[in-house]
Amino acid sequence: MDALAQLTADCAARLKGEQVVTEPAQLRTYECDGLSSYRSVPGLVILAESVADVAYVVSRCAELAVPFVARGSGTGLSGGALPRTDGVLVVTSRLNRIVDVDASDERAVVEPGVINAHLTTAAAPHGHYYAPDPSSQQVCTIGGNVAENSGGAHCLKYGFTAHHVTGLEVVMPDGSVERFGGRAPDPVGYDVVGAVVGSEGTLGIVTEATVRLLRAPEAVQTVLAAFHTIEAAGDAVSAIISAGVLPAAIELMDALAIEAAEAAVRPGYPEGAGAVLIVELDGPRCEVEAQLADVERLCLAAEAFEVRIAADDSERMLIWKGRKSAFAAVGRISPDYIVQDGVIPRTALAEVLRAIEAVAAAAGLRVANVFHAGDGNLHPLVLFDEAKGETEKAEDVSNRIIELCLEHGGSITGEHGVGHDKVVHMRKMFSAVDLDVMQMVRCAFDPAGIANPGKIFPTPRLCGERPGRRSGAHPLAEAGIADVF
Amino acid sequence: MSSDLARPTSVERLAEMLAMTESDGRTVGIRGNGSKERWGGVGVPPDVLVSTRGLDRIVEHAAGDLVITVEAGALLAEVQRTVGQAGQWLALDPPERSATIGGVVSAAASGPRRLRYGTPRDLLIGITVVLADGTVAKSGGKVVKNVAGYDLGKLFTGAFGTLGVIAECTFRLHPKAAARRVVRTDTDDPAGALSAIRGTGAEPTAAEWDGVALTTVFESIESAAAEQADRAAQAAGGVAGTSLPPGFGERAWADGGVGLKLTHRLGGLREALASLTAAMPGAGVRAYVGTGVVEASVGADDLAALESLRLSVAALDGQVVVASATDQMKTDLDVWGPVRGLAVMQRIKEQFDPAGRMCPGRFVVA
Repeated sequence: MDALAQLTADCAARLKGEQVVTEPAQLRTYECDGLSSYRSVPGLVILAESVADVAYVVSRCAELAVPFVARGSGTGLSGGALPRTDGVLVVTSRLNRIVDVDASDERAVVEPGVINAHLTTAAAPHGHYYAPDPSSQQVCTIGGNVAENSGGAHCLKYGFTAHHVTGLEVVMPDGSVERFGGRAPDPVGYDVVGAVVGSEGTLGIVTEATVRLLRAPEAVQTVLAAFHTIEAAGDAVSAIISAGVLPAAIELMDALAIEAAEAAVRPGYPEGAGAVLIVELDGPRCEVEAQLADVERLCLAAEAFEVRIAADDSERMLIWKGRKSAFAAVGRISPDYIVQDGVIPRTALAEVLRAIEAVAAAAGLRVANVFHAGDGNLHPLVLFDEAKGETEKAEDVSNRIIELCLEHGGSITGEHGVGHDKVVHMRKMFSAVDLDVMQMVRCAFDPAGIANPGKIFPTPRLCGERPGRRSGAHPLAEAGIADVF
Repeated sequence: MSSDLARPTSVERLAEMLAMTESDGRTVGIRGNGSKERWGGVGVPPDVLVSTRGLDRIVEHAAGDLVITVEAGALLAEVQRTVGQAGQWLALDPPERSATIGGVVSAAASGPRRLRYGTPRDLLIGITVVLADGTVAKSGGKVVKNVAGYDLGKLFTGAFGTLGVIAECTFRLHPKAAARRVVRTDTDDPAGALSAIRGTGAEPTAAEWDGVALTTVFESIESAAAEQADRAAQAAGGVAGTSLPPGFGERAWADGGVGLKLTHRLGGLREALASLTAAMPGAGVRAYVGTGVVEASVGADDLAALESLRLSVAALDGQVVVASATDQMKTDLDVWGPVRGLAVMQRIKEQFDPAGRMCPGRFVVA
């Protein structure tokens, strides 16, 4: 019996039948996550229902040297939960208990399968909410958010998942269960919680997270400003930031993205806009009102032709609905599209957008832009038609956009993660030594390399070796060049 | 035994020096300006003491992007002066006046405004480090939003130099508030007072209780700072003013004194203070209300009650660290107390510094 067959037999003996998925048609439904351009049918799928289930499967994986991949709702956009044919996919969706919501501690304790938006729903009666709000928050899980260090529109002011997780329970790649941090701040020792958040499932499987809950602000105001050009909208962003205003969110959509959103959910954005800016302010009412006036004035000064202020929650929701549905909405105006995720310094916005337009035009393709303008996190959507054989061209444009981000001192991913998709870009952002040192952390957690192998890093590090470590006298000292001490 | 001193003036030079210690197996200590030299464990005197003060350049202040890159030996005060000219600040306010950036990050030092802005881990967006063998590596970057690769900055923050030397840091900056109001409320229930203040919708940037009065700080535009302070004063029965009281933001303990740092789940402040008073009746208290951190100045005799205090604080999910004490006291007791996940931390240490040459004795992970 091969290792995978052995693992399957062991799991079948230990778990309920419905938790062990082996039927090929069923396995195929797990072949990709939100990035469907990569597919790989998992060798086995386990629907875990407890920490003990996860620990059992992982410990057997360790003994049998079978790779494992964790998955929540599978909404990730970098192929981070892309399964392996020779491995097991551990699905945490059924671990969906909100263990505790404690307003006085300003913490919630949740299992990894809890849906992001459900946490805020549970905290709302206590006057609190969970801040990280990825666009997929109605379906994505906290476990996935922890793995990817998810952001969202409001992280401009409130930070990412890493800023909101204070404790973790982790099934380590050897099957042992470890706890790091907790409800109290500043746990003694290395910041292991900080290292695990964003590690994309390569350091183990998170089975419980303790997260920060924030008090709901007294006032929230949402402004929708329409501009004739995207440059004017970009100028407004810079003006708002330079004025010392820190909005909860500043989102920008260009004409194509607006067209798509209108076709899909009819948010009623002003007609004829070359770009719209969504600015949300929150905090004490007196502060929000004053800043609202500033934002309105600065938008008009940047030649906004219309500035609307949401009168109530339903108007606010409609403005956001257009933004949050933008990715999916692009499907209405193009048969196929690639969602890119790159970051640039905000001050390079206009320049990079022009360059993207030029790259797209040269390829004869269209790019819709939807992004978190406040922190320079671009989400260009490269539109193409596979039936017309445009796939390769679109991929080239998408890759070129990432290179543009790097050339301007940015990053290859702001919130979607490296996953499988961007492994090839890692060497453009980091040196081989940087990547090697990062993987020392991997070696401390997973020396056998069975936790989500093949993700993030282009080349695995052999945990036994110590490249670059010298022995004997240093060459400089030997040469008498550097007798420093 | 005295250490050899090294004062590299470039990251390359620092890397060369560390590579040489690798070849002859010497232990390495790290020093910025020494403002937190008494923090942490009693270090074994190192063979080589590396000063970061030769690495004090402000590499780049991208004002429009609210980002700054600085070398580790730069003074926090100097960084604040530079970014202050652009109406910005690095939102860290530990009170040690002469602190270097590297020291602040290595000790994860924070001050009262952590209530709003968090601690060094929350503001550090990129880092360059040099390992014991001279390997230079970076992680993160120069943009605030970035999830590419592992975040080494998190591990090096608060590691007291035991994973390697921090050479360069990139931080997110914040706009400096135009106005400040301060509300002083005499109270023996700081948690209740802060709760009443927040109930008005006001959002203080800091809330510090010195055992007698709660000081809440409102930093915003003029009108909003004033209005929040008025509401707060009314809700908690305090007095609004513009200046911070003497001693605000300072450590609970005097320089060279005996000091404890106690943490607790946020809802457990009352119990934490009660436990502290019961175990060490004469303790001078400074609570960073709303953050889960209490500092205390205690007498040498009080340390006898350390373990019993640890037991009661553990029920609040908290820990007690001996932040400041004489070397002799530290040698006689457990500076850190029990640590969750220590075995994993030990494995991380073995990866980064397998020979255990970096800052031996300074941290709980040895």
